Amino acid sequence: MCLAIPAKIVELFPDEQNRALVEVVGVRRHIDTGLLQDEPLRTGDWVLIHVGFAMSKISEEQALDQIQMLTMLGESEAALEEVKGYGLEEREAEASP
Amino acid sequence: MKFVDEFREPGVISKAAEEIRRLAEPGRHYRFMEVCGGHTHAIYRFGLKDLLPSNIELVHGPGCPVCVLPMGRIDDGLSIAKDPDVIFTAFGDMMRVPGRNGSPLEHKARGMDVRIVYSPSDALKIAQNNPEKQVVFFAIGFETTAPSTALTLMRAKAKGIRNFSVFCNHVTIIPAIRAILDSPDMRIDAFIGPGHVSTVIGCRPYEWIARNEGKPIVVSGFEPVDVLQSIVMLLQQLKAGEAKVENQYKRVVPWEGNRAALKAMAEVFELRPYFEWRGMGFISQSALRMRDSYAEWDTERRFQMPGVRVTDPKAAQCGEVLKGVLKPVQCKLFGKECTPERPVGALMVSSEGSCAAYYNYEHRKKEAFTQVGVAI
Repeated sequence: MCLAIPAKIVELFPDEQNRALVEVVGVRRHIDTGLLQDEPLRTGDWVLIHVGFAMSKISEEQALDQIQMLTMLGESEAALEEVKGYGLEEREAEASP
Repeated sequence: MKFVDEFREPGVISKAAEEIRRLAEPGRHYRFMEVCGGHTHAIYRFGLKDLLPSNIELVHGPGCPVCVLPMGRIDDGLSIAKDPDVIFTAFGDMMRVPGRNGSPLEHKARGMDVRIVYSPSDALKIAQNNPEKQVVFFAIGFETTAPSTALTLMRAKAKGIRNFSVFCNHVTIIPAIRAILDSPDMRIDAFIGPGHVSTVIGCRPYEWIARNEGKPIVVSGFEPVDVLQSIVMLLQQLKAGEAKVENQYKRVVPWEGNRAALKAMAEVFELRPYFEWRGMGFISQSALRMRDSYAEWDTERRFQMPGVRVTDPKAAQCGEVLKGVLKPVQCKLFGKECTPERPVGALMVSSEGSCAAYYNYEHRKKEAFTQVGVAI
């Protein structure tokens, strides 16, 4: 539950202020950035995500440290599984013919 | 030691460990509580206990949301899942937690529509995609998770999605720390403060622990170096006869917390007068419920809830372990009736529960050594 996953913002949506497309070790998913509405976000920024929401902005160096730590904790697979789980809509759309 | 050797900076780690040994006074016994289950997991995973002198004892705190939820709340939630019009959603951590009549996973196996979600917003999406169903999200977690639930509810209200509701089991960390400090059988010298909870609440809410209780607290990150450095900072304070709140995890935790997150929580939630914690009993103002303005999305008001109360199995000593009075291995069921494969109590289910962490890293290690005849 305390898992916080570092992710890089790859796309922001001007007409949907609380949505961002992020990348975590090659996996791309949409997250909610509503909890960081006071901070200006740009593509290329790193954020810590928790249950599909960006919690805090971090530096690239911190992000890479965090990724290494998740690997050390044996949590990187759980983290990836979690991120893959985000965005049911997209998955359901992919699944339907 | 093996785990620590894997880490990229063994030099820094041994330096921190050396500093701890230098600062710890030999005639004194130290009891430090790591409040957060994430820290408990990291401490066992990295074998950090092996690096500490024997007079520093780490006591595992109540910061594992799955572990502190009383069984009755699980049964209450699952009573709704029986309704054929309901899709019941929960985080993966919850799925194997035993209720009186089985875990959510076992209910799913019996044909109920129980689904794992990784985010509360995914539960909301399920509601949008299934307008003929009632979608219930079983919300658990401390202040790390509560803002995400709050925002999801704000989105549901804004979009007018009315077939979605939240069974709110969010708890708050400060009253739990207060209960531990008030407990007569508990003696803690200092606290390793939770990292990610503090990204939301900041460091100010801990000030009373230093000021009124005279106990140092250091908000800590999760890397081995972070935890060891936090222990150094606690020892430095104790040596100087000080008690203050310090932030070792500055790179992630702002002193003031996350204002937008606190605002979302305040918009949607209010404090319950009291809430039951597993093993700790009723703690006043320790949990969140939904405000009247969100009554329509409140599972407890939308459905008839039985309000189940179940006492834990007598032989299991989850409460004592949760409060740090007993070590996991001192429980009568540990490793026998209660294992991660067949958990009796929630502390054995979550990877952040101290029993599961202890079992997976210490107990298995000992078993392996015993099998090859090596004494440790």
